[in-house]
Amino acid sequence: MSVNTLSIDGKMVTGTTGETVFDVAWNNGVRIPRLCHVGGVSDVGACRLCLVEVEGQSRLVASCRTAVQEGMVVRTDTPRLQAHRRLIVELLFAERNHVCAVCVQNGNCELQDLAASLGVDHVRLRYRYPKLPVDTSHERFGIDHNRCVLCTRCIRVCDEVEGAHTWDLRGRGTHALLIADFGDPWGQSESCTSCGKCVQVCPTGALFTKGKSVAEMQKDRRFLKYIVTAREKHEWIR
Amino acid sequence: MTLEELQERQAQELARRAQLANRIYCCSAAGCISCGSDALRQEIAAQIEAAGRGGEIEVCGTGCLGLCSRGPLVRTAADGALYADLAPEDAAALVAGDPAPIAAKRLDPGAPFFAMQERVVLANSGSVDPERLADYVAAGGYQALGRALADMSPPEVIEQVKRSGLRGRGGAGYPTGLKWELVARQPAGTKYVVCNADEGDPGAFMDRSILEGDPHRVLEGMAIAGYAVGAQQGYIYVRGEYGLAIQRLQTAIKQAEREHLLGSRILDTSFQFRVDLRIGAGAFVCGEETALIASIEGKRGQPRQRPPYPPEAGLWGKPTLINNVETFANVAPIVTRGGDWFASIGTERSKGTKVFALAGKIVNTGLIEVPMGTALRTILFDIGGGIPGGGRFKAAQTGGPSGGCIPEAYLDTPVDYESLARIGSIMGSGGLIVMDEASDMVDVARFFMEFSMDESCGKCIPCRAGTVQMNDILSRLVAGEGSADDIAMLEELCVLLKETSLCGLGQSAPNPVLTTLRYFRDEYEAKVRTEDAG
Amino acid sequence: MDPLTTGGSRPRLATVWLGGCSGCHMSFLDMDERLLDLAARVEIGATPLTDYKSFAPVDVTLVEGAVANEEHLEQIRHVRRNTRVLIAFGDCAVTGNVTALRNLFAVDDVLDRAYRQTSAVVVGMPGGDGIVPRLLDRVRPLHELVKVDYHLQGCPPSADAIFELLTALLDGRLADLRGERRFG
Repeated sequence: MSVNTLSIDGKMVTGTTGETVFDVAWNNGVRIPRLCHVGGVSDVGACRLCLVEVEGQSRLVASCRTAVQEGMVVRTDTPRLQAHRRLIVELLFAERNHVCAVCVQNGNCELQDLAASLGVDHVRLRYRYPKLPVDTSHERFGIDHNRCVLCTRCIRVCDEVEGAHTWDLRGRGTHALLIADFGDPWGQSESCTSCGKCVQVCPTGALFTKGKSVAEMQKDRRFLKYIVTAREKHEWIR
Repeated sequence: MTLEELQERQAQELARRAQLANRIYCCSAAGCISCGSDALRQEIAAQIEAAGRGGEIEVCGTGCLGLCSRGPLVRTAADGALYADLAPEDAAALVAGDPAPIAAKRLDPGAPFFAMQERVVLANSGSVDPERLADYVAAGGYQALGRALADMSPPEVIEQVKRSGLRGRGGAGYPTGLKWELVARQPAGTKYVVCNADEGDPGAFMDRSILEGDPHRVLEGMAIAGYAVGAQQGYIYVRGEYGLAIQRLQTAIKQAEREHLLGSRILDTSFQFRVDLRIGAGAFVCGEETALIASIEGKRGQPRQRPPYPPEAGLWGKPTLINNVETFANVAPIVTRGGDWFASIGTERSKGTKVFALAGKIVNTGLIEVPMGTALRTILFDIGGGIPGGGRFKAAQTGGPSGGCIPEAYLDTPVDYESLARIGSIMGSGGLIVMDEASDMVDVARFFMEFSMDESCGKCIPCRAGTVQMNDILSRLVAGEGSADDIAMLEELCVLLKETSLCGLGQSAPNPVLTTLRYFRDEYEAKVRTEDAG
Repeated sequence: MDPLTTGGSRPRLATVWLGGCSGCHMSFLDMDERLLDLAARVEIGATPLTDYKSFAPVDVTLVEGAVANEEHLEQIRHVRRNTRVLIAFGDCAVTGNVTALRNLFAVDDVLDRAYRQTSAVVVGMPGGDGIVPRLLDRVRPLHELVKVDYHLQGCPPSADAIFELLTALLDGRLADLRGERRFG
């Protein structure tokens, strides 16, 4: 495995071949914002928050899908990137009904944190107020589509880690909607193992544990690291 | 069948035709069918029968004759005449070869619409029945493939394509030869050739017409590509709405396989190449190559980030060559006549011809083919006949929802990849929509934005949510309820989508807005609500 | 930044309560003893806390709540014309928040639900034009209607954040609201 030296925000750092710019940056304390990325499952480069500037490339690149290269010069926090990230977060707040004050995830939400850290103090776009369903048919969990940002973390963790592939999307564009199986109520899903991984990786209050009230929902993703490490190192107990 | 046998077939068919007194080509493209060419063709057949001239006069279908607004169109081989606006009553005169009763419907081949075109891709339209392999063979069909297999090594084929300067006709204009070389250079093993026939721009029907009018030409181009890059399997991803094109492709594939022009032992060599159809289910984004690949693989049709590019990792992770219909249709002539011949047409950096679908406020609605570099003014006013009813030209839209609106001041722009990009539009796949002074340019921008919004796959946030907001703002402006802040936000969103969207759909969705803001900003400002808040 | 204190007289501070629950005003009171510091530095104008209703020109106004009815609309326009620095005070003013949840439904359906289907006391729509302000079709955050100078998020904003923003304004410096500024 060869080592590459590169510059991230003026700091010389190293990463092994195959590592992404995103991972190397975080390993070195440069916290590139992200929403669709979650360690342990594949990256899709969909949220566009982790876009960075790479010297010599005219286009911005998704750091979660870009491998480090020797001599790369990366900038992760330029005014242009900050402006783009703020507008992306504004777009998300306007797209569905994220009413933080009455959300189970209030105070522990990645979208809320993003707005705070990026300095989004109001949304300049018109809120759209789409009518979206809430499915509480599952005995332990619920899904509130009003708060879904379509990051697809749940789909990926269900498919890649749990192996159930209960979740997927139907429809397209802003009408895309997370569905269990073929659009059945979650509680009637035949593939769902009720493992709850999807709930834990959800960045917002879209997927939640039943019985939690406002601001009571906290998510714990430590399990992902155990499973992924065990899988990579074959640490299974027979 | 060997190459010699193929040439023999050609000679036989030509000899058979020489015995005929006349062969009547009735346009059988979707446009003419919709205005009654089937009934006309049946009536012509009936009249031939009635006149007892079954052995000497033939009626057949043919590809798009161009002047779609005046269909059904017919070309008669005996005198090379072209007729428009025909009705079944005219069949008798056509069969009798008596031009007097239909003299008024005869088109002047010297008219600019015909004289100023140069047909390479559409060369067979008007002389080949798309449903008869013998017709394509008579026109020299599959001989380019035969020559390539017999006389040329794959690198030699690629060399000719490179020399030709052919660039992707899907819109982006990537050099075709380079793309072929990239795929050919990948380690041997399973590779794929994919024809992108998911044409979806509003008002565009170039690829449709090519597939309906000359399906074998596309198949031959794909087979040559398969030989050049080392692939044995091809897919044509064609949109489900193109029923007639699908049907003609299916017929053509069957015919070609039966004669070993596709499939195994092609032209009696060891080369094998199968072509299968994959039918799109109505998503515009599936014209984007990575979404198209996902769709063929049976997955949700949405793009993924490149790199890796399909030549390295495409269909099922294998090296994949993806070209558009018109690109493949250019291949056989390049192999037959040489890359240098092709490169002699067009401009310094845009070679060959380009097919355009003229639509909107223009006299000659239809399909045309011109050398690259032809001025927009020539296309619209000489070939297209200008604006009907003496209306005033306002803008031409190229490139569909990814393109831009070009105002009168730029009418002398030569139509080539670079020149169009310089003025904020794109070549695109060839849709050309003309607007007159009655058009509200903000509403035009809104129309295209609504299209992009409806067709966004939803994967990346800027495109999914950004097109919705832009459509909202444009709708507000059109309704006279917008503010100056709205225009500023619109511009901010344009930059966001351009710079951060995952794929070409989102990246280019702002183009209609950007160009109308650039050239018709006064129309936006005139719509801003005057009574300001506060 | 231009300090608000001009010409020796103390800057005037007003607060307004539009479509909100008054929680932001409660949080204002949560400044506790710091209210005394504040009172020493400003002159209090119209505010629901004193029930002083006539809105005369002021330097700073904290506006709680979203614009939900015709009265709010008139008020916010009046306030904007009569205040130098307008602060959207809390999530309802900044985003619409809970007040705007009714935007998911048509106004008539909302009224029907509130006054016919679930009313336990007097069944029927509140009548009498000019007595009860008509609801707007859509609840809107302040910045959609008037220019807003500062957005102070939170449901409610913390007393610390309110105090910091106000004192910063009075001092003519940039407020340091790190960790204090978030929706919800």
